[in-house]
Amino acid sequence: MFASLSSKLEQVFKKLRGHGRLSESNIAEALREVRLALLEADVHFLVVKSFLERVKERAVGRDVLSSLTPGQQVIKVVHEELTALMGAKAVQLSLASVPPTAIMLVGLHGSGKTTTAGKLAWLFQREGRRPLLVAADPYRPAAVDQLQALGERLQVEVHHDGTSAVEVCQNALARLRREGFDVLLADTAGRFHIDQELMEELRVIKGLLHPTEVLLVADAMTGQDAVKSASAFDAALGLTGVILTKLDGDARGGAALSIKAVTGKPIKFIGVGEKLDALEVFHPERMASRILGMGDVLTLVERMEAAIGRERAAEVEQKLREATFTLEDFKAELRQIKKMGPLDQIFSLIPGVSRLQGLPGVELEGRGLVQMEAIIDSMTVKERRNPGIIDGSRRRRIAQGSGTTVAEVNRLLKQFHQIERLMKQFLKGGKAMKMGKGMPPFPNI
Amino acid sequence: MSEQKGLLERLRRGLRRTQEAFLGPLEDLLGSPRMDSGLLEELEELLITADIGVITSERILEKLRRDLGRKELSDPRRLRDYLREEIASLLGQVASREPPYPTRPWVVLFLGVNGCGKTTTIGKIAWRHRQEGKKVLLAAADTFRAAAIEQLQIWGKKAGADVVSHRPGADPSAVIFDALKAAKARQMDLLLIDTAGRLHTKRNLMEELRKVKRVIGREATEAPHEVLLVLDATMGSNSLTQAREFHQALGVTGLVLAKLDGTAKGGALIGIVDELKIPVKYLGIGEKLDDLEEFEPESFAEALLIP
Repeated sequence: MFASLSSKLEQVFKKLRGHGRLSESNIAEALREVRLALLEADVHFLVVKSFLERVKERAVGRDVLSSLTPGQQVIKVVHEELTALMGAKAVQLSLASVPPTAIMLVGLHGSGKTTTAGKLAWLFQREGRRPLLVAADPYRPAAVDQLQALGERLQVEVHHDGTSAVEVCQNALARLRREGFDVLLADTAGRFHIDQELMEELRVIKGLLHPTEVLLVADAMTGQDAVKSASAFDAALGLTGVILTKLDGDARGGAALSIKAVTGKPIKFIGVGEKLDALEVFHPERMASRILGMGDVLTLVERMEAAIGRERAAEVEQKLREATFTLEDFKAELRQIKKMGPLDQIFSLIPGVSRLQGLPGVELEGRGLVQMEAIIDSMTVKERRNPGIIDGSRRRRIAQGSGTTVAEVNRLLKQFHQIERLMKQFLKGGKAMKMGKGMPPFPNI
Repeated sequence: MSEQKGLLERLRRGLRRTQEAFLGPLEDLLGSPRMDSGLLEELEELLITADIGVITSERILEKLRRDLGRKELSDPRRLRDYLREEIASLLGQVASREPPYPTRPWVVLFLGVNGCGKTTTIGKIAWRHRQEGKKVLLAAADTFRAAAIEQLQIWGKKAGADVVSHRPGADPSAVIFDALKAAKARQMDLLLIDTAGRLHTKRNLMEELRKVKRVIGREATEAPHEVLLVLDATMGSNSLTQAREFHQALGVTGLVLAKLDGTAKGGALIGIVDELKIPVKYLGIGEKLDDLEEFEPESFAEALLIP
């Protein structure tokens, strides 16, 4: 997530940290590079401008320049301003004090509204609520089918009766009370914000549903246009928040950094995958840490506990500390780790990882996982406990035994060492990061 | 002639917002008496705002700086012509491979990230060729996204093209295998293959596409004849990364820029063509069947820069 922005900013900061003392021109130079990195990341240029002005104002102050670690101080300022830019605190969805609650999803074509509607339905369902999905999109071919297919998968009721989007919503509203649903999730048709007629339709629907949330679903890869469309939707409808989608790609963060700053509307969730549970609450402070390559330990801990449970997590940690984590444990953990999400995503949560070069693609999807297990199964117990002894001839035997190639065995061993190293680094926590005082602490898990 | 003008008109309509973003300030700049470093800086911001990207903008400006002395660019009013020529020449440096369908069926594979407009684009391209009396078959190889098959079927019906499909969740390669057989048996001129949208960062999904391409190559000689990448005009610099990854994995032969009818700029296209030397084939400028234009560098640059 935001890897290219992260690595650029890290380069800048590395240089800053190298200076014992900072002059104004050091800082000015660093900030020029920050500017370029932000622009390359598609952050809106007006946002970049005002952001840099604020950082500069604080960074060239006496406190920073005269401190013992001026580089750290500048990074701290950037971290705080990045957090502020994205909204400081996580903002919850607001629900009606007396159910049912209505929530409207709006956005451009292909931004991911329907998938997001499914993800929200899953979330509500898990909280023990009864959501009703409403297919208020009579325009796009098969839009209703798409929502219905999601509804079937989730076993959530989907309403689509009506000849127009407005009528569909009217009918859904009647059903809502009659059939005792808690939450109505209206998936509206994708539209351009300059389409007056369709924007008017949304206003009518809003007047009808009295939603507690009007959420803009926006693609994280959007360029400079992001703030324009977001502002237009906000002006027409009064948004209550934003859901950023497709953050599991290599979006550079432009939309995430710009939308809140320009519209003042908080990002409430981020979509991080195609599966229905791939929706995360957006934490501005954690995101700022991720962008600055400081990892996001809190999210990692949450995911780890959700995936393998508190006790097992502690056990793994213990083994890693004592350097007794073996390929046997690795194999046992493979499936569990997979539950935490794609490995590259997990890695991005670990402090300092973006500094490690040449991380080979670790593929835990489908066949890759089976293959890795087969390779480990073909090792002797001794080999699993002490991978150091696996020489050329052992590698050939293992490859033959598992129906793979020596190259694949090598790859697995390399990955194991890398994960081992990463985990160790991760457990060392804040110290390994060489971050100064005042940085958010990295708890040990 | 009048058709030509119509095309330019529609392009302009599609690009009108780009102009607002780009030309308003450009006009301001042009009003200023002399070219100086401040002006260049503002120009950089303008290019970036048009999603042209830092690197490409820098390239254009670098050349501008060099040309400042030689050409008569000391008059900023010449600036627009200069930029138009630059952008058109960057965009026009690669010729597109025009199909008179030397082979039958002419197989076209469509790629793109989720929600970029692949299925809609296929519907429009099918319709376009149906209008020319070609026999077109569609293959619903997006078996992953909910209701993607139905969506393609609806477009097929509108365009007058049959759709080969399997059940949701089926192996995309199997769909393509059948579609190729059917296209040959029924002597189709054109086979358009829809694939599931995927982020270019998902290794396993990119690998799946490579397999799909291999299956096509095995079943029909020299196929796929075209590999078209559909890009979303509202995307920023990420489109360049997308294009790079898809191109590296699959050898993209042409680009389609969709959703140019909003306020999006599509300026990222310039950097993509410049770096990867892939030609742009079509522009999507609306949601109707005929909202597809063939790409012309001159008109694009012209429409981008002339109010």
